Amino acid sequence: MSGIDLNEDKLKALKGIARDLRLDILDMTTKAGSGHPSSSFSAVEILTALFFGGILRYRPDEPWWPERDRFIMSKGHAAPLLYAALARAGYFDRQLLWQLRQIGSPVQGHPIQGMLPGVEATTGSLGQGLSLGLGHILGGRINQLDYQVYVLLGDGECEAGQIWEAAMAAAHFNAHRLTAILDYNKYQETGPISREMALEPLVAKWESFGWGVSEVDGHDIGEIMTVLHEVSNVETKPSIIITHTVKGKGVSFVEQDFTFHGRALKPEQAEKAREEISWQ
Amino acid sequence: MAVGAKAGLHLGAPMRDVFGDALLAVCKENPRVVVLDGDLGNSTKTELVRQNFPERFFNIGIAESNLVGVGAGMAACDLIPWITSFSSFLLCNAYDQIRLAVAMSNLNAKILGSHGGITLGKDGPTQMGIEDLALMGGLPTMTILVPSDSASMHAAVKAATDHVGPVFLRSSRVPMPDIYPAEDTPFEIGKANIVRQGDDLTIIACGLMVGTALDAAIALAEEGLQARVIDLHTLRPLDNEAISAAARQTGAIVTAEEHLLQGGMGSNVARLVAENYPVPMRFVGLGDVYAESADPDDLLEKYRLTAKDIVQAAREVHQAKIGSNL
Repeated sequence: MSGIDLNEDKLKALKGIARDLRLDILDMTTKAGSGHPSSSFSAVEILTALFFGGILRYRPDEPWWPERDRFIMSKGHAAPLLYAALARAGYFDRQLLWQLRQIGSPVQGHPIQGMLPGVEATTGSLGQGLSLGLGHILGGRINQLDYQVYVLLGDGECEAGQIWEAAMAAAHFNAHRLTAILDYNKYQETGPISREMALEPLVAKWESFGWGVSEVDGHDIGEIMTVLHEVSNVETKPSIIITHTVKGKGVSFVEQDFTFHGRALKPEQAEKAREEISWQ
Repeated sequence: MAVGAKAGLHLGAPMRDVFGDALLAVCKENPRVVVLDGDLGNSTKTELVRQNFPERFFNIGIAESNLVGVGAGMAACDLIPWITSFSSFLLCNAYDQIRLAVAMSNLNAKILGSHGGITLGKDGPTQMGIEDLALMGGLPTMTILVPSDSASMHAAVKAATDHVGPVFLRSSRVPMPDIYPAEDTPFEIGKANIVRQGDDLTIIACGLMVGTALDAAIALAEEGLQARVIDLHTLRPLDNEAISAAARQTGAIVTAEEHLLQGGMGSNVARLVAENYPVPMRFVGLGDVYAESADPDDLLEKYRLTAKDIVQAAREVHQAKIGSNL
């Protein structure tokens, strides 16, 4: 990745992509009648920056290109977002999106490696993605390839011990090309994280594990791209970007109701949501 | 008396040492093999790889979930990771990681579960892997191998490495009697080996119990019963042909394994037999019990995993066969 080229027009185009991804997520989950739209909405700008802001190097027509940068969706319940981004990037036909959770379809409720091009990992049991990312880093060393590996973590899944096992090991192996991005939307399934389990102080925790830590507004695409670019030059430690996000971002009544976690919108709600998103 | 002695077999090296040698051999042969350790390299003998190929050896520490995840990530980079630890710690700590990251993803990763069964002895039941075969049985894409002697361990490690797809290989701490010649050992994944011919009944065994079964077959021959002995070194895919032929041709089957009877090798064989050609069966293995700290030989005696126990089961099953033919 060379420098960040971010003019008004490009930013506007990226915002348009973010809007389109939200609409796709909405349509996919509403049609499926289930899924996790709000957990997908919160990370839309993150994937927009990665896939369409020129951060990730990838070849949709050669999905397993050995030198590609990796993106691992550790919070597997945000599968609709991953699928929407991959389709938009050209990995597969967008029509497949409407088969989410349908019998006989490769578009599984949570991502399954090997079922769709671009899906790098099987996730959905939380806490596993960071270890996989470290494996890609160590594998890259043996294969003498210097790609970057990005892992999107949910905040709730940072309650899992495996995340911290991987954090410790990544620093030990100086996996400086490993970047974790935390979608810190402040809610887990049963309620506000601060109420359910004390995750804080997150910055101090990650720093004490030997990671470089940055904090950004997770809905500011320009800010995300800038910090992604900065951490790609770090050579002494792995990096985590804590992105402060809003669960359900983009749809007012979903933002205000955490019980949307594992629930699709009803058709009449979806219509209202579509209107709100379309104006963005 | 040592396992295999009655059958005139000699004990080989401890199986963990044999595994270490075999792993080193595949590392020499194939530069894509990498080895991941859960800080037990001096017990599992992967330390041999650490000494010879340090750049391909990774001690991930006492963190089995991460160990499996990192190994899976490396498999996704077109490497062939051997993910190694005690079968009890690895499978019980990281079952979900093996399930998603390896089995469901159908990656080309190899899992060594060492110190399988109760013969690790004095370290006691916390360290014993008595449920590993049942757990691996719960993963539809997982090939499951249980070598029975030094030569078959070498062959199994090579076959597992060459096979494309997830493989679990069970090893043990103790020596096993040499059954096969060191060179040209017959070992084909999914193809059971008949190690003794006989028509009165069949003993189907895996791992250490193959040597024990051969001892039992000698004792049974002294009573006039000719037992076929099958080394079922692959539990998935099961050799339907060899098992069905044993049922048809001998009419009675005893299974023997150093594992819980619940969900183990015998229960899987029984499913095939029941489906294809039902004959009387008896099962030698661990009942619903945890073993304890003791010498391996004393444990085998107490938990009924000796040739004597197989002989007893063989007599019963043969009686049942004769009874059902009346």
